[in-house]
Amino acid sequence: MPGYTKRLGRELSDLKTNPAIGISVFQADDFRIWLIDIQVMDNNPLYVGKTFRLQFRFTQTYPIEAPEVQFIRSLGRDIPMHPHIYSNGHICLDVLGSGWSPIQTVGSVSMSIQSMLAGNDRNERPPDDARYVASAPISPKQTRFVYHDDNV
Amino acid sequence: MSDASDDFDDYDQGSEFDFEDESFGGSDYGDNEGFEEVKPESTKLKAYEVAHQVLSTADIQQRQDSQISQVASILGLSRESVTVLLLYFKWNNDRLLEQYTEDPEGILNKAGISADDDSKKREYKIKPVDGFMCDICCEDRPGLMTFALECDHRFCYDCYKQYITQKIMDEGESRNIQCPGDSCSLVVNNEGIRLIAEDRVYRRYLTLLNRTFVQDNEHLRWCPAPNCEYAIKCDDVSTKDLKTVVPTVQCACGYRFCFGCGLADHQPCICVLVKKWIKKCEDDSETANWISANTKECPKCMATIEKNGGCNHMTCRKCKYEFCWICIGSWAEHGTSWYNCSRYDEKSGVEARDNQAKSRASLERYLHYYNRYANHEQSAKLDKDLYLRTEKKMTQLQSTSGMSWIEVQYLAQASAVLQQCRQTLKWTYAFAFYLEQNNQTHLFEDNQKDLEMAVEQLSELFEKPIQELAGLKVTVMDKTAYVNNRRQILLEDTAKGLRDGRWWYQVEIK
Repeated sequence: MPGYTKRLGRELSDLKTNPAIGISVFQADDFRIWLIDIQVMDNNPLYVGKTFRLQFRFTQTYPIEAPEVQFIRSLGRDIPMHPHIYSNGHICLDVLGSGWSPIQTVGSVSMSIQSMLAGNDRNERPPDDARYVASAPISPKQTRFVYHDDNV
Repeated sequence: MSDASDDFDDYDQGSEFDFEDESFGGSDYGDNEGFEEVKPESTKLKAYEVAHQVLSTADIQQRQDSQISQVASILGLSRESVTVLLLYFKWNNDRLLEQYTEDPEGILNKAGISADDDSKKREYKIKPVDGFMCDICCEDRPGLMTFALECDHRFCYDCYKQYITQKIMDEGESRNIQCPGDSCSLVVNNEGIRLIAEDRVYRRYLTLLNRTFVQDNEHLRWCPAPNCEYAIKCDDVSTKDLKTVVPTVQCACGYRFCFGCGLADHQPCICVLVKKWIKKCEDDSETANWISANTKECPKCMATIEKNGGCNHMTCRKCKYEFCWICIGSWAEHGTSWYNCSRYDEKSGVEARDNQAKSRASLERYLHYYNRYANHEQSAKLDKDLYLRTEKKMTQLQSTSGMSWIEVQYLAQASAVLQQCRQTLKWTYAFAFYLEQNNQTHLFEDNQKDLEMAVEQLSELFEKPIQELAGLKVTVMDKTAYVNNRRQILLEDTAKGLRDGRWWYQVEIK
């Protein structure tokens, strides 16, 4: 059980009472794993009409430490095409690693990922996708990503 | 040879901090009891030695402190801020002063120091704030203790403490612990950490800071021995010298290593050749060499075949092609002369055989050096085991023969010398592998041979039964001194050769 239940409780009620557009809680039965569905709101042809599912896994030390975040496949939920998103759902984004600050939240992280998708116009995987996926650790937090450029 | 034991007294002084007279046969301090003349010139460094100093954690701390004080008095900033600045500039005084005079505010900003910090120096305080809610844990009970840096990103004390503990204990961070606020780059300085962190965390923080001080300084290096906490300071050697110097240093813990690359003592071989050699031995490039020297390919399907007996009429297991092992030609052309190939000198075959001969020669040459290298490595281990067993027996012998502890120490010394000489010999073979053959090299090889013979003789003495060994004290001591002397001669000559550019290498060294 994470030590910061009060914080997660507050986050959950915020997400439910003031949901950001395109971000909704699919499942949050405990304080270990939450599933968040996100949609890209502008008319980006890559993602229009699609919904993607993010999995947040919290450790004992959340929010001092970043949560483990990745996309997961499920019925009608695919891994979005993006040059920083691997086909196993791992995301190369600095706020999930070295850029994490304890005042980031599930909501703010979801929004970062949402805007990362919105700004993308390349229908492709990272160049090293095949190699990475073949040897990737189970948790994306085990990977020391080198954050390429934040403009993509 | 009567002064052999005096020479070794110097070796035992290895636990002292001044290593200018490192190792054997250096200067004799005052414990000579006057039966040898004093040799003041021997305090001079030998050609293969470099001046170095061992620093304890306290010494390192003290050096940091004095550097901080010095910069603080020049810039008129607080010690805390100067520490952060120095960490940011990796303890490079000159660069810091130069850039700071150009753009003080910009530099403070980049290093993560609040610009107004020092003029109206504020005191860090842990205090309750009315109506406060912590953005990290969402706690808002009255009387909650809080903390903030100059940026006023305020969080509760518990969260701040946990954040800093996480950074220091789990991430090993020390130089750049930033305010937990989102994209705030203000650094929590020493004062802040001391105020917030628990004792054990703060101590860890100081240790980590010490580490960065050593890591950032090109004249300092940690002793790589396990659990050793000393650092070595060596001022006279820079990276560009490593082609002509093998800067071997000895720590207070007794470990000898190369200041240039951090690997264990590899005199007389220079760092770049050591790296090449290790890589060569680890690589399977030699496997490839073996394959090309000992196997041939089926001329049709290219399957690799090692012939381990039988006649020259080969039938490939894979493609059933029949060919002659000698000339690699089709067997059909050989008619009935089954056991000898008369087509040996044909042109197509000659080239292929030349290549094979070349790689066979190169493999043989490598193996020649490698076997000797590996042999000394192995022997060093065996010698040590042997010594440990002998030592055990010696302890027994002490009680029966009436010899005192101090009287049996000659064996410990002999063992130490043996280890060191084998280490040296090992690397002479790696060095020789890369040397171009000329008259200079012959001299080197003579020295190598002399040392090797002496070492093997000493090693042999160790194998004597314990009862005999007790009676051989003088012989062992003489031999030990002689072996050590041979080692010095070899090192001295090689080091001078390096300095004078006397050695030519078969490979390019960059």
